[in-house]
Amino acid sequence: MEKFKQFDSTIMPLNIENIDTDQIIPARFLKAITRDGFGDNLFRDWRYDSNNKLIKDFELNRIQNNSKILLAGRNFGCGSSREHAAWAIYDYGYRVVVSSFFADIFKNNALNNGLLVIQLDEEKIKHIFEKVNKDLNILFNVNLKNQTFSSYDGDLKETFEINEYNKTCLINGYDNIDYLLSQKEKILNFESRNEK
Amino acid sequence: MAKTLFDKVWDNHVVDYIPNGPSIIYIDKHLIHEVTSPQAFAGLNNRNIKVYRPDRTVATADHNVPTIDQHLPIKETLSRNQVETLTKNCKEHNIDLFGLGHKYQGIVHVIGPELGITQPGMTIVCGDSHTSTHGAFGSIAFGIGTSEVEMVLSTQCILQNKPKKMLIKIDGELNNGVYSKDIILYIISKISASGGTGYFVEYSGSAIQSLSMEARMTICNMSIEMGARGGIIAPDDITFEYIKGKKFAPKGDEFEESVRSWKKLKSDNGAKYDKILEFEASDIEPMITYGTNPGMGIKINESIPEKSLNSSNESYNKSLKYMGLSIGDQLLNKKIDYVFIGSCTNSRIEDLRIASNLIKGKKKADHVNAWVIPGSKSVEKVAIDEGLDQIFKNAGFEFRQPGCSACLAMNEDKIPKEKYCISTSNRNFEGRQGPGARTFLASPATAALSAINGFITDIRNN
Repeated sequence: MEKFKQFDSTIMPLNIENIDTDQIIPARFLKAITRDGFGDNLFRDWRYDSNNKLIKDFELNRIQNNSKILLAGRNFGCGSSREHAAWAIYDYGYRVVVSSFFADIFKNNALNNGLLVIQLDEEKIKHIFEKVNKDLNILFNVNLKNQTFSSYDGDLKETFEINEYNKTCLINGYDNIDYLLSQKEKILNFESRNEK
Repeated sequence: MAKTLFDKVWDNHVVDYIPNGPSIIYIDKHLIHEVTSPQAFAGLNNRNIKVYRPDRTVATADHNVPTIDQHLPIKETLSRNQVETLTKNCKEHNIDLFGLGHKYQGIVHVIGPELGITQPGMTIVCGDSHTSTHGAFGSIAFGIGTSEVEMVLSTQCILQNKPKKMLIKIDGELNNGVYSKDIILYIISKISASGGTGYFVEYSGSAIQSLSMEARMTICNMSIEMGARGGIIAPDDITFEYIKGKKFAPKGDEFEESVRSWKKLKSDNGAKYDKILEFEASDIEPMITYGTNPGMGIKINESIPEKSLNSSNESYNKSLKYMGLSIGDQLLNKKIDYVFIGSCTNSRIEDLRIASNLIKGKKKADHVNAWVIPGSKSVEKVAIDEGLDQIFKNAGFEFRQPGCSACLAMNEDKIPKEKYCISTSNRNFEGRQGPGARTFLASPATAALSAINGFITDIRNN
């Protein structure tokens, strides 16, 4: 996993609630056996019509701001457990998703792939949407070490929650599987206690 | 301290607690399929390690398989490659595979219970959100992503934060024409598609206790549709009776001994929940969804409301526009184009019995395409032995072969753009059943009778 470094970026506003993982990456694009290239089909049926023509007024097509921050409505990532959704978002170039509410499985999948999720109050999210809709060029800073999310115009400085374990993994690019493999002895002990 | 059922099973599986972090949870059964496992196996191969406990791992091919001519090679190259990759991985890592053509093949959440792999008190995971189904047996079962599949393959463990606990209690007697699908659609409509996020839900109450195992599975299956990680129901005599004699269930004395320990799997008096919701069984009527998330559901004779819980006007209107519907519309008598009876929610033998019983001797409406996709080879066999396949065929339904099919439309079974499908599956998301497809979720009974009439039907009026 790549190390998560602090960065500045504009925001891509996607003011839709309950964005499920079928919208993020439709099932028909899940047929690969590698993790690469899913970004091409991120939000496929919102970006392209049935004739593969660009749908111009969809935000990702309308706004060209090379953003690394995706801002979305509540209950982001609900539905299917497909990790391909997190891969697609990361592969497209986002490093953070900001919302008022995330689905549980998506949150785990994102963190397991170096994609940070920042959860803020509904009111704050509304405020950021209004702000970004007025000026798409506003720069924001994401600092995981300090757990802050702030805007360069000085208007916004939020702290966000993340548990120490996930934070350490993201900052250092640590891998959960390496960690679990290092706990083999405890696992063997558990098995010998519980298996007759 | 008084413990909930969930606490008991969870605590039995904690290998270690990480300070300020998740717990290491031991997994008893890991179910895998062709779509969410290949990248996990690739990870193991990169590390040059083998699957740690192949004996706790079971595989099947279900998500992208065709539902006709399963004896022939899969035509679609990418799907074939995924299924072949699963076969190769299972062989290399010594995992039991119930692949295409195997007498136990089927939808992963149908075969686990029917083969007796699913048992009370277990932890069960699968790279599929509807793993919650297995909670009907009093096990902790939940869906995971591919990185987590890799964790379990390599160590039989997973890192997980303990969710909060919710109790949903439904007492009383169910009305005529109300099935377990209606119960769960009703609950989700009351608390929204995100009302259960962060929680693991225990279902209890006399209405739940009266249900068969297959009906309970339908309820636990859709727990994820309110955002809950899973659902769990305390095992009882109905559970033990169901498990008895199943292929991989304990036998003889071992079974009796298991039952004695399974009987302890219930919440203690005074156990604490983070949230408790109570519903009256008599308030529940046949349900149907009208929008693009499972929380957008109404009683079948209601009209589309002005708004839905936890949804802004913009999102709500976008959803209705996608569905080609408007506020105030009635769904009753609305013309439909497709009927899909299948999926891990409603493709078990009881579902097929209910549906076939209602349509026996009748003919589907000419303009309707009706598909019945049994959940597994075992379900298919019983249906054929009982002559249910003939009832469906005589009514003009297609009786196909097992797989996930049009629930997620990964294979060829897609609902065309802007066509209305009444479906016994679990998700009505945009494009879920095919790009532009419009889904109404309902029970197998409602779906079957609607196919006969050609329009959405209240089964109580027939």
